[in-house]
Amino acid sequence: MRRSGALLLFPLAVLLSGCDLVVLAPAGDVAAQQRDLLVVSTLLMLIIILPVMALTVLFAWRYRQSSTTAIYTPDWDHSTKLELVIWAAPLLVIICLGALTWLGSHLLDPYRRIDRIEPGQPVTQNHKPLRVDVVALDWKWLFIYPDYGIASVNELAAPINQPIDFRITSSTVMNSFYIPALAGQIYAMPAMETKLHAVINRPGTYSGFSANYSGAGFSGMRFAFHGLSDQAFGEWVTQTKGAQATLSRETYLELERPSENEPVRHYASVDPDLYGAILNLCVERGKMCMNEMMSIDAKGGLGLAGVRNTLPLQYDKLARRGAVFGNDPSYVASICTAEEAAAASRSARDAGAKYWPMRDLSPLRGAGLSPGAGSRRADAGTPSLGLLRFEL
Amino acid sequence: MPESLTKFIFGRLTLESLPLHEPIVVVTFVVVALGGLAVLGAVTYFKLWGYLWREWFTSVDHKKIGIMYMALGLVMLLRGFSDAIMMRLQQAIAFNGSEGYLNAHHYDQIFTAHGVIMIFFVAMPFVTGLMNFVVPLQIGARDVSFPFLNNFSFWMTVGGAILVMASLFVGEFARTGWLAYPPLSGINYSPDVGVDYYIWALQVAGVGTTLSGINLICTIIKMRAPGMTMMRMPVFTWTSLCTNVLIVASFPVLTAVLTLLALDRYVGTNFFTNDFGGNPMMYVNLIWIWGHPEVYILILPLFGVFSEVTSTFSGKRLFGYTSMVYATIVITILSYLVWLHHFFTMGSGASVNSFFGITTMIISIPTGAKIFNWLFTMYRGRIRFELPMMWTVAFMLTFVVGGMTGVLLAVPPADFVLHNSLFLIAHFHNVIIGGVLFGLFAGIAYWWPKAFGFKLDPFWGKVSFWCWVLGFWLAFMPLYILGLMGVTRRMRVFDDPSLQIWFVIAAFGAVLIACGIAAFLVQIFVSIRKRKALADHTGDPWDGRTLEWSTSSPPPAYNFAFTPVIRDNDAWFDMKKAGYRRPLSGFKPIHMPSNTGTGVVLAVFSVALGFGLIWYIWWLAALSFVCLIATAIGHTFNYHRDFDISAAEVTQTEEARTTLLAAQG
Repeated sequence: MRRSGALLLFPLAVLLSGCDLVVLAPAGDVAAQQRDLLVVSTLLMLIIILPVMALTVLFAWRYRQSSTTAIYTPDWDHSTKLELVIWAAPLLVIICLGALTWLGSHLLDPYRRIDRIEPGQPVTQNHKPLRVDVVALDWKWLFIYPDYGIASVNELAAPINQPIDFRITSSTVMNSFYIPALAGQIYAMPAMETKLHAVINRPGTYSGFSANYSGAGFSGMRFAFHGLSDQAFGEWVTQTKGAQATLSRETYLELERPSENEPVRHYASVDPDLYGAILNLCVERGKMCMNEMMSIDAKGGLGLAGVRNTLPLQYDKLARRGAVFGNDPSYVASICTAEEAAAASRSARDAGAKYWPMRDLSPLRGAGLSPGAGSRRADAGTPSLGLLRFEL
Repeated sequence: MPESLTKFIFGRLTLESLPLHEPIVVVTFVVVALGGLAVLGAVTYFKLWGYLWREWFTSVDHKKIGIMYMALGLVMLLRGFSDAIMMRLQQAIAFNGSEGYLNAHHYDQIFTAHGVIMIFFVAMPFVTGLMNFVVPLQIGARDVSFPFLNNFSFWMTVGGAILVMASLFVGEFARTGWLAYPPLSGINYSPDVGVDYYIWALQVAGVGTTLSGINLICTIIKMRAPGMTMMRMPVFTWTSLCTNVLIVASFPVLTAVLTLLALDRYVGTNFFTNDFGGNPMMYVNLIWIWGHPEVYILILPLFGVFSEVTSTFSGKRLFGYTSMVYATIVITILSYLVWLHHFFTMGSGASVNSFFGITTMIISIPTGAKIFNWLFTMYRGRIRFELPMMWTVAFMLTFVVGGMTGVLLAVPPADFVLHNSLFLIAHFHNVIIGGVLFGLFAGIAYWWPKAFGFKLDPFWGKVSFWCWVLGFWLAFMPLYILGLMGVTRRMRVFDDPSLQIWFVIAAFGAVLIACGIAAFLVQIFVSIRKRKALADHTGDPWDGRTLEWSTSSPPPAYNFAFTPVIRDNDAWFDMKKAGYRRPLSGFKPIHMPSNTGTGVVLAVFSVALGFGLIWYIWWLAALSFVCLIATAIGHTFNYHRDFDISAAEVTQTEEARTTLLAAQG
């Protein structure tokens, strides 16, 4: 009996050995901690699930009609003791799981800077995070490296054992930025910014993709994520800097147009204000940035005159824009030039950094305990519209 | 004809709107058209139109409406399942550079239609149909509170289904996923008719669902037989009550959010656009404030079915009735506090995420209590493994796995790695098939003899059962594994060949499920052929415990000649034990509601209104809207709303049953 069971399991074992359960064996510390939580939660729940399944089979067999030995108590329908167990046992498991959830959610909050490279190796001042600005386009990924002034399409590289700070947005519709080997996913949403903090521990090439359906070219919206040694990463940067293409507002608008299964592209230089402009929906020159609009509105707006401050839309992404009974497609005209708007954004951001208090994102550990190491540099703020926080 | 006139008459409907360039759709159309013509021809040949119209379409009898809901659900199940098997086939072959056989335009419609149809036009009609048929019988009522409204609700649901089906052959359906998140579903990124079909189909059907919810709440609150206090109601009635409370509280949110999306698309408002201060996340919040209660709307009545079935077939009182009721109420309330767990990954803070994660886990406590209560109902029972009980045991073994993976997904850090993956797909099919569908089959096998007076054929039922159960495990366990391999949902082509084997296994599972559906249809057919042999004249084939088993099968139009008086829960079991004798004389005339065709007419105008709005045929929209309002007002002047079944007729019906019962011995 037992041997035949093992024989039945054998094909399954062969099948499973051939596949890469990346979620259960990731190469990044954040994903590994998420995996641990997944495994522990499953084990916790099995405490209830397995007995229930066993009892179901047992009772179904034991109390079958044809059984001549089973006891039959047709009117027995209550037992306070049993009820107590029935409610208390799941409750206890959920209390444990709830505590685990609370801690795990805070420790592994994607907005929170990581506090360790891997178990036993905390992040120190020597670890300078790699900043990457991610833009989900129709249907490809744009990665901008503000520290290096370079960009790439459908290819992401990062040095191993170094914190990576992602800022993520989208140009048109919702996508989800996900590299299973690295860390959990977070949505990429237009005019909003999300964040992800992670680290890759093993060199290698991993797959990344959009995990939220975004239209016709969604299946091809995949990219390679290279975890590289410091030296190899340096070479990758040099190689990228040697590329022919550069990414300006104009080339971005070309790139932004819908296309499927895009090959890898490298850009030797990037307009430093591009990411902010994408986030604020004002890459097109003459279009008012969202943050500009909001700060005008915050000061009382332009009044009735503002209603007329629109220009007809020139670039039509799809066959038809605008609702059938709506106004003609238009956008709000900028009051200042793109450069002025970008400069204002930057100074507002710098000023904001001074006046806006830093938020303590350390996990709740109870009164009297020292906050977690990760809180030292926590400046991420609670999730909100990216543009609200970005530069107001 | 000048172009402007064509445009006025047909809006944006042109010959190009017909998907003649999609061979798969054309073949489907030919098959559906031939099948449809055959059915229409048969109905005409056998001169059934008058019968159908008088006895069914215009009927306000809750039993007939319930059966029509089930028929609608079954027809739409075939459509929704065709979509499923097409997806499984595409995903099984689209490897190694192969594009499969579906282009993105077609495939993206298929997965959207599959979700929309299975939830709104399969699960909802099945659940509503079951509640409609059973609840009034279980509480000893003669009909629902508002019989005409019931008929109207049904036809509005049909109207929504017709719009979805029309999208297959006229134009296209949404390519957005079943919840149509903006900005993708906004006019800028989905300028075609697909999303408009989605919006108006759901709006039309949503009217029906909301009204039917109001109707059943009133029925349960106001029309229970004397003596049936709330805490003596059968558990199925309790779960129905909670489900309808959920419907009434959540469907208006769906209506509102779809209205806002429609305004964005039609008049250029900016609720959910990227630009001009819109925010798509508001849509995501609102749709899930409806969407999460929706899954409990689906599962709660089936929890009721399992309670009835377990108790009946174990020959025991239900263990822990009170805690069962409170568990249901707790689930009802909690289901409103968990919606955010559908988008942990949209950047909510850790505290918000943990709050919603923990509320979600808390739901598993009352759900777990229910499972234990069924277990201890079986304990020291005398279990008869008829079909409904087989489905129940399969449910208990399957559903706990789905429940476990569900709680797993409620842990935000785990959700970050599993959100939108095939693990999630496996999870919700695990609870919807393992819970809702298994429950429906249990319910159908259980109440079929009540509805038609003969049992379902057990052999084909067992074939269907094993195909479904094994098919489910074969189709969805590979998806759990694929999810752990980091495979996301709604993919059309794949580049990693090591995934293919799992998709092939899943496709075989889907074929097995197809056999299960086929066997179910054969079962119905065979049972009708063998109805004499399978007949049950007692009205109580399972030694039932609740009131519906006290009347004849099928029940007379008036359900109960005399309203029963209830002294205990498990009312009928109590009556049997106390030596209840059917009254044989002294029958009185029974006041009943009259049939009316107004529901059909209103639904036809609603469909026309929807069609006009979808295709920008404004004259049609305006005209049908005016007709809709006029018909509704006109109906208020219809004074032929009720009639009396004479005492003689009641006597005759009851005497016929007396004769039958006597023949049984």
